[in-house]
Amino acid sequence: MDGFIHSTESFGTVDGPGLRFVVFFQGCPMRCQYCHNPDTWKPNTGNVRSAASLIAEMERNRAFYSKGGITATGGEPLLQIDFLLELFTLAKKDKIHTCLDTSGITYRPGDSGYAQKLDKLMEVTDLVMLDIKHIDPEAHKLLTGHDNAPVLEFARYLSRKGIPMWVRHVVVPGITDKEEPLRRLGQFMGTLSNVKALDVLPYHVMGVNKYRELGLTYPLEGVSAATKEQAAAARQVILAAYRETRREWMKIQ
Amino acid sequence: MEYQHEGWRGFVGGTWVKEINLRSFIRHNYTPYNGNEDFLEGPTDNTKALWAQVLELTRQEREAGGVLDMDTKIISTITSHGPGYLDKEKEKIVGFQTDKPFKRAMMPYGGIRMAEKACADNGYTIDPQVKDFFTVHRKTHNAGVFDAYTPEMRACRSSHIITGLPDAYGRGRIIGDYRRVALYGVDRLIEDKQEQKVETRSAMYADVIRDREELSEQIRALNDLKKMAASYGFDISKPAKNTQEAVQWLYFGYLAAVKEQNGAAMSLGRTSTFLDIYAERDLAEGTFTEKELQEIVDHFIMKLRLIKFARTPEYNALFSGDPQWVTESIGGVGICGRHFVTKMSYRYLHTLKNLGPAPEPNLTVLWSVHLPENFKRFCAKTSIETSSVQYENDDLMRFTHGDDYAIACCVSSMRVGKEMQFFGARANLAKCLLYAINGGVDEISGKQVGPKYRPITGEYLDYDEVMDRYDAMMQWLAGVYVNTLNIIHYMHDKYCYEKIQMALHDKKVTRWFATGIAGLSVVADSLSAIKYAKVKVIRDESGLAVDYQVEGDFPKYGNDDDRVDQIAYDIVHMFMEHVRKNHTYRDSIPTTSILTITSNVVYGKNTGSTPDGRKRGEAFAPGANPMHRRDTHGAVSSLASVAKLPFIDAQDGISNTFSIIPGALGKDDQMFMGDIDVDIEMDIADDGCGAGGCVSPTLFEGLDTDEQ
Repeated sequence: MDGFIHSTESFGTVDGPGLRFVVFFQGCPMRCQYCHNPDTWKPNTGNVRSAASLIAEMERNRAFYSKGGITATGGEPLLQIDFLLELFTLAKKDKIHTCLDTSGITYRPGDSGYAQKLDKLMEVTDLVMLDIKHIDPEAHKLLTGHDNAPVLEFARYLSRKGIPMWVRHVVVPGITDKEEPLRRLGQFMGTLSNVKALDVLPYHVMGVNKYRELGLTYPLEGVSAATKEQAAAARQVILAAYRETRREWMKIQ
Repeated sequence: MEYQHEGWRGFVGGTWVKEINLRSFIRHNYTPYNGNEDFLEGPTDNTKALWAQVLELTRQEREAGGVLDMDTKIISTITSHGPGYLDKEKEKIVGFQTDKPFKRAMMPYGGIRMAEKACADNGYTIDPQVKDFFTVHRKTHNAGVFDAYTPEMRACRSSHIITGLPDAYGRGRIIGDYRRVALYGVDRLIEDKQEQKVETRSAMYADVIRDREELSEQIRALNDLKKMAASYGFDISKPAKNTQEAVQWLYFGYLAAVKEQNGAAMSLGRTSTFLDIYAERDLAEGTFTEKELQEIVDHFIMKLRLIKFARTPEYNALFSGDPQWVTESIGGVGICGRHFVTKMSYRYLHTLKNLGPAPEPNLTVLWSVHLPENFKRFCAKTSIETSSVQYENDDLMRFTHGDDYAIACCVSSMRVGKEMQFFGARANLAKCLLYAINGGVDEISGKQVGPKYRPITGEYLDYDEVMDRYDAMMQWLAGVYVNTLNIIHYMHDKYCYEKIQMALHDKKVTRWFATGIAGLSVVADSLSAIKYAKVKVIRDESGLAVDYQVEGDFPKYGNDDDRVDQIAYDIVHMFMEHVRKNHTYRDSIPTTSILTITSNVVYGKNTGSTPDGRKRGEAFAPGANPMHRRDTHGAVSSLASVAKLPFIDAQDGISNTFSIIPGALGKDDQMFMGDIDVDIEMDIADDGCGAGGCVSPTLFEGLDTDEQ
């Protein structure tokens, strides 16, 4: 089957372990204020690609990816779950490491058809990078336009399934850098047993031009980029809370 | 064995004892090093003091407008200048091109006008007697070339369809095997050359006469080399006895070359593994400590950084700066599979830390997947910290050039002491395409430069028609180009012969006839646009095609798309096939390169609009690079397009200049991203469960299961 693909990147170095072939899916329900890829929001548009053609494109230079693999990102890859399942199934057939970069926002455990597909997808997914934008539901809604309940539920689901997970969090000065929510994020992570790494990214303003090109107003106009130091500090707060909770949690268990 | 020297004590014998054969010596005696960089030493106080002096002189030179001092009277030869020093007491390795550092020598044999202009442009006036002598009494390479050029060659030159020709400056790209001076001492090398002279044929054909004359010149140069070393207080007639002598002997060999020639690239060769053999012996014998060895290397590299030539602003514009291309090739792997990384490879790269980053000498790692992991990491680390390391594909070049080749300039590989190159600048293939469309009329000047073939007159360009015309025009261009180069190299040999460099070569030298291509990606994209989109021709009132309008999209070179990558491949092959049809001077083997690392800007400036949408005057992409911003699928795809080009046709090298912001290579200084995937576990282990072990294992029970 075919999927709607924004673009591919053959030299992904920050989207999972090793060097990665990155597939940017087209379409995303989230409207994160700091999104640097607003051109991937609109669904059902972009390049129409078959899963096989994407794998073939990657296979041409397979030697480069010996320690890496394929990463599905976007956009929101889970919006096209059927296509994603086919892509990752093909990848696993070729022994390619698969990584899903998602916001988790589409998680619908009540929808049995969806749940079934997701279970199947997880069988061919080696790593999930879950972007937790904000731990506070209200703040999350303000920042992304959506409640964060599905995201956190999805994290718990992955933990139950034992799917290795990297948590990502973007530090936006004045919005996602407050100590208390960061601590709560760490505490939440501490209740999960599948967290392998924590990636805290400083917010950058490189997406501004895309908004201009798309005729959109930039929601974070005037907010300055975060420094590496700010990100590192936030990471320490999250990690400290994570460790504390993790120890307590394991005592209980 | 006839030759037994103190300098050879402890060395394992082999063919190298009986004949001049550095490869044999190295293979029998070097010690591969698999360890890491922990053994390296920082700069000594002497090194720091000398380097501070260099920095101060560099500041003065910059303030003086780029040149601190020039010789306007003495014609530079191996022995023309007395010894020069920074600080004699502190220098472990000595020798400058003139009698003091930062003073540029005058070298008029390539062309008196260029030498004169280099002085004048920097505010100096050449001695009128020198000018008179080289104008009236002694012909130069430049004068010889222009005596023989045809009107067509001159037209091609001034319209820039052939550019950068070494017809007024030294061709360079020849690497003397400077290691020979250290291993054998000069006397043995002279003896060897005398034997060669005896062995020439006896019927005096022109080539035999030339050989005999050149051998005499070489012997004279070797004697001069001894004299020059003696002026610094060294007798280099016999083999070097320790590392310091080996470096000094070797450097004298190189110094003689840069006193004699102002070549477009004066590369050093492949010296580190050779010198390591001396260093290992000295460490074992207790002659030098690691600190002292590093000091010797630091001082050697410092000297190489101070090689300077008198050049004109135009020359510097063409090469984007004032480069010497003192390229040194490091590492690589042997035919037998043993790698050539030694402690000396580390010491060379470590100078970038001890003395700070610098573009010269151009430290080039011959990269192979088989290099030891520790060395790969050290290279990556040095690159991250200094951005000063060049990498080349040893796995590819070893196939054709064996395991004792070195890089001249940026990518030209040649077996050291066995092969040399006739450097040939570039043919502008993008302009050639425009000539094909305009029937040989230059799109900028409007002059008939190429043959008066039928121009293309249709409103839209037709792929087959264009290819047909292009093939014919390329054949013409290859012919003029090769014959122009034949004249140049004939005259260079005659009037500006590289005596000392050729004295450090075997008798039988393989000569590469290096042509070059500029504008490959412009041509590939233009032809792709013609084939896959529609290209409308815009003509001026005289009917000359001066601009193009592309309607629709087309595959662009640099995206791993075979439709256009195949065109690029075909162009290179087609051009080389045309080059091969021509006679090449001195039985040289024709090849080509795709490596305009800097001059792509100048070439673009002199080329009209092209059918790929590039406007008149816009820069070409460097070397074999895709055009700027047209590779949209990331580095791997971009590199994959370049990697498809036929190396067999472009053995002089294919270059790809790749800039990337450090952040795009991974996070922080993590070189290998895999390292961080368990960092939470590591963090936790460090926190309360350190080296002493966990007091309460149960507390961390769950974590162990998390580790993969």
